[in-house]
Amino acid sequence: MPESNGHDAKPVSTGGTNGTPGNGNGNGHGSKVATVVAGAKQVQARAVEEIKETIKAPEKTDVWKSILRVKHDETPRSRALGVLSNVFLHLHPAKINRDAVAYKYTWGMGGMTFYVYITLVFTGTLLMFYYHPSKVVAFRDILYLESDVPFGKLLRNMHRWGAHLMVIMVELHMFRVFLTGSYKKPREFNWVVGVLLLVLTLLLSFTGYLLPDDQLGFWAVTVGTNMARATPLLGHAGPFGPQLGMTAFNDVRFGLLGGSIVDSNALLRAYIWHCVAIPIIASLFMIVHFWRVRKDGGISGPAPVVLESEIKEPRKV
Amino acid sequence: MDFHQLWTILSTPDNVPIVLLLFVVPFYTWYALRQSFANDRLIAELEANPEMAKTHHRKVQPYKPGWAKEVHVWPYLLRIEFLAAIIVTVILMVWSITLNAPLEEPSNPTLTMNPSKAPWYFLGLQEMLVYFDPWMAGVVMPSLIIIGLMAIPFIDANPLGNGYYTFRQRKYSILTFIFGFIVLWVSMIVIGTLIRGPGWMWFWPGTTWDHNRLIFEVNRDLPDIFGITARVGKIIFGAIVVLLYCVAAAIGVHKLLTRTSFNRKILARMSVLQYVTMQVFLVIMLALPVKIMVRLLFRIKYIWVTPWFNI
Repeated sequence: MPESNGHDAKPVSTGGTNGTPGNGNGNGHGSKVATVVAGAKQVQARAVEEIKETIKAPEKTDVWKSILRVKHDETPRSRALGVLSNVFLHLHPAKINRDAVAYKYTWGMGGMTFYVYITLVFTGTLLMFYYHPSKVVAFRDILYLESDVPFGKLLRNMHRWGAHLMVIMVELHMFRVFLTGSYKKPREFNWVVGVLLLVLTLLLSFTGYLLPDDQLGFWAVTVGTNMARATPLLGHAGPFGPQLGMTAFNDVRFGLLGGSIVDSNALLRAYIWHCVAIPIIASLFMIVHFWRVRKDGGISGPAPVVLESEIKEPRKV
Repeated sequence: MDFHQLWTILSTPDNVPIVLLLFVVPFYTWYALRQSFANDRLIAELEANPEMAKTHHRKVQPYKPGWAKEVHVWPYLLRIEFLAAIIVTVILMVWSITLNAPLEEPSNPTLTMNPSKAPWYFLGLQEMLVYFDPWMAGVVMPSLIIIGLMAIPFIDANPLGNGYYTFRQRKYSILTFIFGFIVLWVSMIVIGTLIRGPGWMWFWPGTTWDHNRLIFEVNRDLPDIFGITARVGKIIFGAIVVLLYCVAAAIGVHKLLTRTSFNRKILARMSVLQYVTMQVFLVIMLALPVKIMVRLLFRIKYIWVTPWFNI
């Protein structure tokens, strides 16, 4: 379509057909209508043309450009920018070891753990809409969720099995990182962060266990927190605990449960740890973990093998 | 054979992850070791042939001289991530549609579940309760596991095997980790889930969980066997035995460590602090299987009996 805008088109519509201005009432009225119709037709034609163009090449519109900021053609530069200038993807490097994209080396466990975590945050948030962390209604909320809420059962199942899957994946991720020696220089600190994330994952799963307030969760948490009363020095049944003045009402277990038994305070504490505190702490550690992966030189391999005969003498301090 | 009992245990929804673990862990162990052995063959080849080592690209992955070392993340990595996300979603969906999350009766503090089990990932710790007192199994050991895991990068002085699978170059550390992860952690979880029944008693898979079963175990303390009855005598005797174990275990670990010339070379690179830290964690880790043996073979409950704590 030739370059044209509304102003250029105006004279065209008022030109030819408008030749009989002083022609009385009836006819003049008819020609005015005809003019408007013709004008409308032209506007319509232009609109259709514009829509066609937009569909054919949406990347040329201002809206598209404003969202994506850079061109996305198949040049190496665009491919790199596509990753680097995207807020969600920019933790990736622009390029990666060609052997690292094969599944064999990484098993994809770290990334999939993160994905499952996102799934859990999503389903967990939805579950929070239907749950009160109160001894009176918590169990009934679960029954209500399972029977009355649309897809409630699926939601709870996904959250439960997602949590189990995450624990398995985290352990396998750690197994792989160990077996490839990826914790070695310069990634020592990131391994430490990873261990903390493993602990946080287990704690997340464990605090969630109590929330349905059924026999399973209640006794699991009772068994689990009973260990805390045996904490050396800080538990009332632990070595040197009584000697330091620990009782069932001031020891570390009391602090965890907000009481001396697993009751409404424990439910509330588990809820807050599970839904607010640990996710925030875990997210912070995840940020550090991913950041350090990049800063420590990206993923560790597959690196070329080093021979025993090539070990360098350690630098003496 | 009570297949019904076996099926009840295996199909309990919360036990399904363990069944999954039974397949997934051996698979990935095999998957990793296979790549390790492939790399080891390449390493042996290169060690034997220095000329080849100079020109070889040093990977078992396919290689052609003209190939770029790196590929674009978009699309080569992102498409895999996208695919992985879809596959995980599908697995999670199918799992959630076919299997319901467990929900028992409302919690009732007056009605104890038997067996009352922790979530599966803590069953290894619960199983440890059989062999150690709660302060040890529930607090000290888990803390040491966490600290010990964090210490790994700082006590591993072996510079080889960074970023590729290998077994021969890191035999010692890999065997230690596999021992800790598979033998101590995963198999204790499996025992806790599939074998421990009412009263936390041992029921072989396929036997019926008998809620009225009684086992008359005569559990003795080590000092009793030697006829030591005085309290102070017990404290001193126990301390000596524990000390003897620590020394023996440390010497054993050291002997094991210095068996090959390669290990001796790595050992020479370690600082004293690194070496001591490693010894402490290994001796404590070995205490677990040793205590299990002592308990199962000799029916000995405590070795060190004091008024404040028992080990």
